[in-house]
Amino acid sequence: MTATDTPATSGAFGQRLLRKEDARLLTGEARFVDDLQIPGALWLGMVRSPFAHARIGSIDTSAALAMDGVRQVLTAADLADAWAGPMPCAWPVTEDMKAPDHFPVAGDKACYVGDIVAVVVADSRYAAADAVDAVVVDFEALPAVVDLEDAASDRVVIHDGLGTNRSYTWTLSPDPDAVEAAFAGAAHRVHERYVQQRLIPEAMEPRGVAAVPGVYGGDMTLYSATQIPHILKVQIAATCGVPEHKVRVVAPAVGGGFGSKLNVYAEELIAVAVARRLGVPARWTESRSENAVATIQGRGQIQQMELAADAEGKITAVRANLVADMGAYLQLVTPGIPLLGAFLYHGVYDVPAYHFECTGVFTNCTPTDAYRGAGRPEATYAVERAIEALARQVGVDSAEIRRRNYIATDKFPYNSIAGLTYDSGDYEPALDRALALVDYPALKAEQQRRREAGETKHLGIGLSSYVEMCGLAPSRVLASLNFGAGGWEAATVRMLPTGTVQVVSGSTPHGQGHETCWSQIVADKLGIDPADVEVLHSDTAVSPYGMDTYGSRSLPVGGVAVGMATDKIIDKAKAIAAHQLEAAEDDIEFVGGELRVRGTPSRAMPIQATAFEAFTAHNLPDGMEPNLAAQVVYDPPNFVFPFGTHVAVVEVDEETGAVRLVDYAAVDDCGPQVNPMIVEGQLHGGIVQGVAQALWEEAAYDADGNLRNASLMDYLVPSAAEVPSIKLDHTVTPSPTNELGVKGIGEAGTIGSAPAVMNALIDALAPLGITELEMPARPERVWSAIQDARRAPGAAGEEGQ
Amino acid sequence: MIPAPFEYTRAGSVDEAIGLLAERGDEAKLLAGGHSLLPLMKLRLALPVVLVDIGRIGDLSFVQGDGDTVRIGALTRHHDLATSALAAEQVPLLAHVAGQIGDPQVRHRGTIGGSLAHGDPASDLPAALLALRATLVARGPGGERQIAADDFFIGFLETALAPDEIITEVRVPAVPGVGWAFEKFNRRAQDWAIVGVTAVLTDGNAGPGVGLVNMGSQPLRAAGVEEALRSGSSVADAAARADEGTEPPDDLNASPAYRRHLARVLVRRALEQAGA
Repeated sequence: MTATDTPATSGAFGQRLLRKEDARLLTGEARFVDDLQIPGALWLGMVRSPFAHARIGSIDTSAALAMDGVRQVLTAADLADAWAGPMPCAWPVTEDMKAPDHFPVAGDKACYVGDIVAVVVADSRYAAADAVDAVVVDFEALPAVVDLEDAASDRVVIHDGLGTNRSYTWTLSPDPDAVEAAFAGAAHRVHERYVQQRLIPEAMEPRGVAAVPGVYGGDMTLYSATQIPHILKVQIAATCGVPEHKVRVVAPAVGGGFGSKLNVYAEELIAVAVARRLGVPARWTESRSENAVATIQGRGQIQQMELAADAEGKITAVRANLVADMGAYLQLVTPGIPLLGAFLYHGVYDVPAYHFECTGVFTNCTPTDAYRGAGRPEATYAVERAIEALARQVGVDSAEIRRRNYIATDKFPYNSIAGLTYDSGDYEPALDRALALVDYPALKAEQQRRREAGETKHLGIGLSSYVEMCGLAPSRVLASLNFGAGGWEAATVRMLPTGTVQVVSGSTPHGQGHETCWSQIVADKLGIDPADVEVLHSDTAVSPYGMDTYGSRSLPVGGVAVGMATDKIIDKAKAIAAHQLEAAEDDIEFVGGELRVRGTPSRAMPIQATAFEAFTAHNLPDGMEPNLAAQVVYDPPNFVFPFGTHVAVVEVDEETGAVRLVDYAAVDDCGPQVNPMIVEGQLHGGIVQGVAQALWEEAAYDADGNLRNASLMDYLVPSAAEVPSIKLDHTVTPSPTNELGVKGIGEAGTIGSAPAVMNALIDALAPLGITELEMPARPERVWSAIQDARRAPGAAGEEGQ
Repeated sequence: MIPAPFEYTRAGSVDEAIGLLAERGDEAKLLAGGHSLLPLMKLRLALPVVLVDIGRIGDLSFVQGDGDTVRIGALTRHHDLATSALAAEQVPLLAHVAGQIGDPQVRHRGTIGGSLAHGDPASDLPAALLALRATLVARGPGGERQIAADDFFIGFLETALAPDEIITEVRVPAVPGVGWAFEKFNRRAQDWAIVGVTAVLTDGNAGPGVGLVNMGSQPLRAAGVEEALRSGSSVADAAARADEGTEPPDDLNASPAYRRHLARVLVRRALEQAGA
């Protein structure tokens, strides 16, 4: 079942084609929202709360209004009639979930630093920025809650009407007695507490929006740096009251999102409201420091993770209890993010008893929501850290404890205790290859040598085996989770009269390379050059149906839909060829771009000729519609489950606490790869994003709810200089779920990497008696842990001092 | 990220720039490479009324030497200093330090005069100039004067430069062949040092020079370390005095106590690497 290489195909599928998108992106030809020339557009400036929790008193707009180029300053009261409804939360995870009303402009209270309290409308971006500083808001500061456990105590209640900061408690506990029994009878028990710090997504392009009204037509075009033009269109109708058939949403070139642009934001709705109110275009471009507080953040959890195991280290039960940080409000899918990991706290291991519980709490911080991996990195982190703790307790090697617990290859498709069906998997080959890539035995020997020599630079080797559920799709499964939308994807493929092809994709790229990959899928099936395929997307007027891009769904849902639509036009071409070549349809075969009568190669026509025949419609079978085009809306029967094993090697400088990543290997399996170069790019970026959580990144709030690192000078996104060249390899285990056998790979790198790095760090420091360190492993944090361990009674290093 | 309104003027010569500074007083700020000033303006932490752009005064960009002294023009870009063969031979510490500042874009735009005039205790160059016992040359309406590096940095983002003075060049005693080292501790290659140490093992009366980056409100000389080395202490004993007289800052990256510890470790490493 598992192959070691993507099978060679005759065509474009599997080729390392350079990306079609790159020439225009790299030359500046591609236009992002801020590049758009929109005559007559007014600029919006957001007056934001500098307090995490404050009552809003009077707002004095007179000085701002007196400034040159300032048209209006609008408060919550001024915009009260602009809203048909509150901002959407599309994922009410429980019947009794508590959700505060959330409007684009705060009225009575500001609930986080960055909450919008007034909107400046001005002739230029500069005038808007100057006027924002001139609006005087009388804030009455209130005590703020930042710490999750403090928030859960309700010492300070943020939303008066709710009476509590606890939004919901969601439980997945198929057999509580079995879990209790497993823990009671366990030979080994592990109980660990992990903190998932908040992260700032930091897309290359901050957000931007421009609303262009049709004054007489009543229509509204919204340009937005969004991952979800289709979902946004529905929400503009529901929230702003513009009839949906009058709304068009365009996502022009979008510079990354990592989930942060999978949302409906206040600024988008404000732009629409102002454009309607004034009858002129209204636009706003987010600054980088604004982005840090005004765009959603990721992670933010405290995890209590427990394992029960028998004497050999075979896991008999998993119990995970979470407190998850919602931030000040529920954004589009905020409450559901931790639950995307709810089913994966046993990871790649065959576990018979399972309990998961998550309580979502409000804090006076920026709302959280989807960030690369969304729930699954947190789950993988917990189980992959905990199994290392178990290995230390049992006294077996990190690789061996995993082998003892992996789901056996012959159990796939595997029905998990948490209720999922893992489509396909074969876990040990990835582990074996990853260990070989770093020469695991040699590393272990070097580690031992350094320890015996008493060297101060400690080597640590960390493993992480992951599986994730992605390709967010089955609409009925999403319904069972109370998710407010379906999970299908739409694609149209049309061969034009002259034989070139247009693909209309419902899934919307923001950097991934959809145009290249969809071209490869179509060209491979049609036997044509990928350059003859153009992919249209990201405009609801061009691509009316779509569910957009998140959850590593583009390829296993949208790409599969593209392949299915291509198959449909091949079937139609066969019918045209059979008619014109006077053969039975069953006797037509499609080979090398030609439709041939089986056994009579001279009777053939290229598929391009059938497209022209379909266009003229002069000689088609009776009842056939003209044009060679087909639309497919695909709703898969299951998620897909990519997997792999990562190995991180770190060096810890005992004197300074500095941690250096010296080697990294990843063996991932996403089934057949459409374009291995793009897969590698996703893995490089994804891995470094996870490494960044382990070593560098954190949204650092002080006790009053101020973000202390709202700039890229202080928020440490790593560069190429901080990471070694990553060693990649892969196995190929096709998914039986879809016709292409493909699985998503956009989030896998991030899911696998943070625990590998932290396991490596603990592996390096375990001889000093250190078994836990919070992320990120700042040098001072590591150094302090070493000092504390030295001071502890019976410390390992004590006799040497 | 949008600066407050400001006027912009370009000076064609040093004298013209000095004239503009004298005329506009506190309202004016010199713009050279813009890599310290513009970020502060975008955050509206700096609000100059008028910028006097000196970036195109061509005769202030040079690295020259007569064997005893290396002279570096104030508008020399970090990259040009880092890749100067003369600097690499005669003041190798300085050339190396210039190559560690920021990232390639910063090194191609930022100027050494701008960096020094900013007086940031977290900058690398001042600590190198302190260790090398360099002299800065400034020109104002009253003419030219020389200021020892030790006298130049006087407080947080504060220098001995008068409001109507311009740094024109830096003079560094040539020290070919002596031991030197730069220890820069940071979390990302492009960042400011959390703590940095410069060391030059010059002999003669002055003795070894050791500078500290980001250990107080201004660039510092590790006077205790230098004194210990002059009196023949071991490297370990000298390094133990690295944090004497410092008041290290407290930020997300490091507490004062941790910075003191780092200074001691890094001074020891620098001295060992320099061959003390």
